[in-house]
Formats: sequence, structure tokens, C-alpha cells
Amino acid sequence: MKPSVIALYVVIVIAGITAPLVFPNYTFQIAVLWMMILFALTWDIMGGQMGYNSLGNIFFFGAGMYISAVVQIAQFAPVGEYTSAFGAYQVEFTDAQYYTGLGLGIVAAGIGAIFCAVILGACVFGLRGPYFAIGTLGLALAAAELIGGWEWVGGGGGISMPVFPGGPDLRSRFFYYIVFVLAITTFGFLRWLYTTRFGLAINAIRDNESKAEAMGLHTKRYKTAAWSIAAFFLGMVGAVFGNMVGFIEPLEVAFPTVTFGIFMVAMSLLGGKGTLWGPVLGATLFHVIKELTWIYLLGWQWVALGAIIVINVVFFQQGILGWAMDRWPEKFGIVVEPSPGEGRAVGAQEAAQ
Amino acid sequence: MRTLIDVRNVSKTFGGVVANHDISLKVPEGEITGLIGPNGSGKTTLFNCIVGNHPIDSGSIVFQDREITTFTVQKIARLGLLRTFQQTHIYGNMNCIQNMLISVPHRTEGYSDMFRPYRREAYERVDELLEFVGLYSKRKLQAGDLSFGQQKLLEFAMALMNGPKVLLLDEPTAGINPTLINGLIDRLKRANQELGITLFVIEHNMRVIMNLAEHIYCLAHGELLAQGSPNEIQNDQRVIDAYLGAH
Ligand SMILES: Nc1ncnc2c1ncn2[C@@H]1O[C@H](COP(=O)(O)OP(=O)(O)OP(=O)(O)O)[C@@H](O)[C@H]1O
Ligand SMILES: [Mg+2]
Repeated sequence: MKPSVIALYVVIVIAGITAPLVFPNYTFQIAVLWMMILFALTWDIMGGQMGYNSLGNIFFFGAGMYISAVVQIAQFAPVGEYTSAFGAYQVEFTDAQYYTGLGLGIVAAGIGAIFCAVILGACVFGLRGPYFAIGTLGLALAAAELIGGWEWVGGGGGISMPVFPGGPDLRSRFFYYIVFVLAITTFGFLRWLYTTRFGLAINAIRDNESKAEAMGLHTKRYKTAAWSIAAFFLGMVGAVFGNMVGFIEPLEVAFPTVTFGIFMVAMSLLGGKGTLWGPVLGATLFHVIKELTWIYLLGWQWVALGAIIVINVVFFQQGILGWAMDRWPEKFGIVVEPSPGEGRAVGAQEAAQ
Repeated sequence: MRTLIDVRNVSKTFGGVVANHDISLKVPEGEITGLIGPNGSGKTTLFNCIVGNHPIDSGSIVFQDREITTFTVQKIARLGLLRTFQQTHIYGNMNCIQNMLISVPHRTEGYSDMFRPYRREAYERVDELLEFVGLYSKRKLQAGDLSFGQQKLLEFAMALMNGPKVLLLDEPTAGINPTLINGLIDRLKRANQELGITLFVIEHNMRVIMNLAEHIYCLAHGELLAQGSPNEIQNDQRVIDAYLGAH
């Protein structure tokens, strides 16, 4: 790694750690920013690196949220009774029980989401192009409907999550740091992942799946793994977000298909899909613009966001990083020659893409 | 001589079009076998049948004494039976090195291998093979930006990287600069002799196939018309008529 890159990482980590102390009033918004970065990064595994544009990734977010809620509640109450009381259920639990439940919930959410990805993948990986996009969108919409009709998990009325045992400041900082660590971990994991055979394999599937099959690549395995990895991180962050908001319900919080579900696509496209940094850049820019328009352009905020997406898709299809790579290919190692047999040079270039 | 691929009475129709009708042929191990025939005579279709691209209507295909008629494309490829495409198939948004690296054999790949970085030997092999096909200086370019002929050469190198037992080549010299064709013939022969890869080659260029193959099959209208040594084929009246009649 170059010193400048290391410096960049250090700055980002320090900024992430100190942000809630410097801007205590914006802790929630900054936590959502990290979540957006995670959204864009995980969407890009399939959408950018593998060429499978999923519009239903938000499904794993909501699934994780509900799995965690059930696991947490089951620690100290029968789930059905708790949810049917709509928050009026009197519960007694210790701090330790709360944290244990939360920890178990997050882990269960991640693992449960992987489960869902493996099963659903078997159904939808036969679809290509727009059919895959619509098929996955259908999954997310159907999930919201199904949860809405399932009284045991609160139906359309939702669930009040167990109350955090601490003051509001501690609460917001606590959840902030979990989201922050999840986002950073996702980034680090993908950064490594894209330097392994996995990175090239999913790129090969994107560029020419029938060739990859003709060369004997285990395409099914790679596709399932790619979706599972995305699902794992989305499920965990869903679990945390449910607790952070404190109240979960299917349409607006757990499976917000037209907001978060579309944002994750828009953010990856804006920053440059199929690159490691593009989704990070796109998510940051998008979230900041979104928050600013909410403050200064109230009433027009959706128009402004829509305009960004249209400009991006019409004039800027490769996104910011993609455009920069076309403009200055040598800066991205496309022309620079690695010495033969030098693995790290190619790996670094992979990472830069 | 052991038979590596045994095609037995294979038929394939597309709607009303009989692309292959009752074709039987053998590809012996270690040799170079040729497949010729006018346009639309069913050569590419036969390749597709052999590698499992589409189900066949009747007949069977045996590879190394093993029936592979119903196997998937991937499974057949992992057995060491590989094909290249008439229209080049490469990974356009990846550079040549990456195209080569991902072409390593997947025969014994386990789940943990999916997440392993490439070894030094893999990179060395890539350099060797790109050198072998004359693309070493282009190795950092996006494969999609290469010319058609260069993509053909890259696809050939990728196939070699996969270390197959037998390689089905669909018109390897189409689109290659005539001055480079002799070099390519030489490379195909070296792949056969030095790497021990059995070749089964579709070719329109008569000079090339007569030079290359030890045994040639000729298709016309989806049927096997003739077979024999290059000399016999060249002088076979039915072959001459099929080619003249087709033009
Ligand atoms: N997937 C397909 N669907 C429908 N018809 C097909 C298909 N593939 C091939 N055919 C038909 O089968 C016949 C044989 O085609 P094929 O591609 O095998 O010929 P070929 O010998 O490879 O010709 P060429 O020398 O031009 O490559 C043609 O009439 C073609 O139209
Ligand atoms: Mg053909």
C-alpha cells in the first residue's frame, strides 16, 4: 500500500471515530451515512462486479431486522404475546440480557440472511438482465406483503423493539459505532475479496457468463457466494438499524424498496459501479446532497434527487470513478506495467478498479 | 491409438432445420483432427453438441470411455474437454492477465480455493503463454480493446491456460492476418506436440487444415460426407463438389 493510501484510511477511520463527538446532533444522520456506504458496497458486489442488477437487496436488510427482533424478544418474552400488545407488554430484563439479545440478534440476522440468499438464489439465478432485476424486486415487495400479514411478528402494525438500557446520548453513540464498524468491516472484507480468485471470477461472469461456463468455472457457486456475502452484511446492518430506530414495520422501515432499495443502486451508479471506491464516493455524495436538499429545498427534495439520478444515468453512465478512469487510465494502473510475476501490482490494480 | 472423443449417431435439429444428422466420428488421442464443410453444414452445431451446449435429439457422445451426453457445459469443461468460439468470447472489461488468470483449471477447485490469491506460478504461466501467442506487450490492455485477431489469440492462450486434454477450435485462423497464419499453425502444432493436447479443428482455410490435420472429416448439409487423410480428402470428388456447389 502506498503511504498516501494508508494516510487516507487513517483519516477516514479517525473521522469516523470522532464524528459523533464533534457533531453530537448529527449522530443519527452520520450513522445512516455509514449504512448507505454499506448499502452501496454490498449492492455493487452483484450489480457492479458481477453484472447482476438486483433491485431486491433491501430484502436482506428487512429480513435481518425481523430475524434480530424475534431473537431479541424471545430472550425474555413469548414473541406472539409481545407483538400483539403493541409495545404495552411489560418486560423485565437486565442490561446483560439486553446486550446478549442484541448480539445474538445481529449474528442470527447475518446468518439468516445468508440462508435466504442461498435459497432465493437457487430460484432467481436462472434469470438474466431485466428479468433478474424485476424478479428480485418482486421478492422484496412480496416480503413486505407477507410480513404485513403475519400477526406473530406484529403484521402491518410493526414491533416496538426492546428499549435500550441507557440515556439517549449513549444510545445513539452505541448504535453509531456498531454501524461504523460494520461499514468499515464490509469495506475491508471486500477490498481483500476482490484481490482473490473470487474477484476475477465474478468479473468474468459479468463480462461473459457463457464463456465462464465453457471454461468450467463454478458459476453457480460464485453467484451464490456473492449474494450471500451481500446478504450477510445487509442482514446485520438491518438488525442494528431496527434497534437504532426503535420501532420496526414492514413498509417504511424494514423493506423500503423505493427509498433505500433504489438508493443503493443509484449511489453505486453515481460513484462508479464495479469499483471498490465508487460506491463509497457515490454513497457519501448522495447522502450529503440528500440531507442538504431535505434542509434547504424542502418540498423539492425528491425532484432534486431524481434529477441527480437522471443526470447520472444519461450523461455519466460510468459514474464518477469510471469517468476518471477513462480520463486518466494511467492513474489507475491500466497502462503502468507490473513486473512479470508480481502479484501485488495486479492486486492493487484490481482494488483500484 | 486410443479414441478420446467418440461421437455416435448424433442428430440435432432446430425447428425444421436438420443441423446434424446421424453423425459418427472419432477423435484419437494425441492427434490433430480436422472438420471441414461449407457454411451452414453443421460444424459449429456439432461442437455445441459435444460440449453440452444444447441437448441432442439422438445419439451419444463418449469422452475417455465415459458417456457425457447429458452433462452440463461446465462439467464437461472440467473433465478437460474445452472449446473456443467462432465469434470470440473473452472477458472484455478485464485485462489480458486477468483473462488468463481466471482461466486456470477448475477441475479440483474446492470452496476455499475460491477465496485464494493467485500463486506466483500462475502469473509466470500467464506470462509464458501470452509470450507464446505474441500478446505479452498487450497484457495490460483491456481485452475488449484488442482487435478481433488478437482476441482469437487470447482465447487460444486462455484455453491453453486451462490445461485441457482436448481442445475444440472453431476456425482458429479466421480473422488472423495471413502473414501470421504460418506462425499460428506452428503454435497449434507445438500445443499438440509439446503440451500433448489433442486438437479437433474446424477450418475453412484448406491450406491450413491440410497442413495441420492428420485425419479430416467433411460435413455437408448436416451429414458426414467423407473422411480420410488430407490427401484423400483433397482428391475426393464429393468434397470438391460440395465446396463448388456451395459457392
Ligand atoms: N441455435 C440455433 N438455432 C437455430 N438454428 C441454428 C442454431 N444453430 C445453428 N442453426 C442452424 O443450423 C445450421 C448449421 O449451422 P452451423 O453454425 O453449425 O454451421 P457451420 O458449419 O458452423 O457454418 P459456418 O461455416 O458458417 O460457421 C444452419 O442452418 C443454422 O442456421
Ligand atoms: Mg460455424
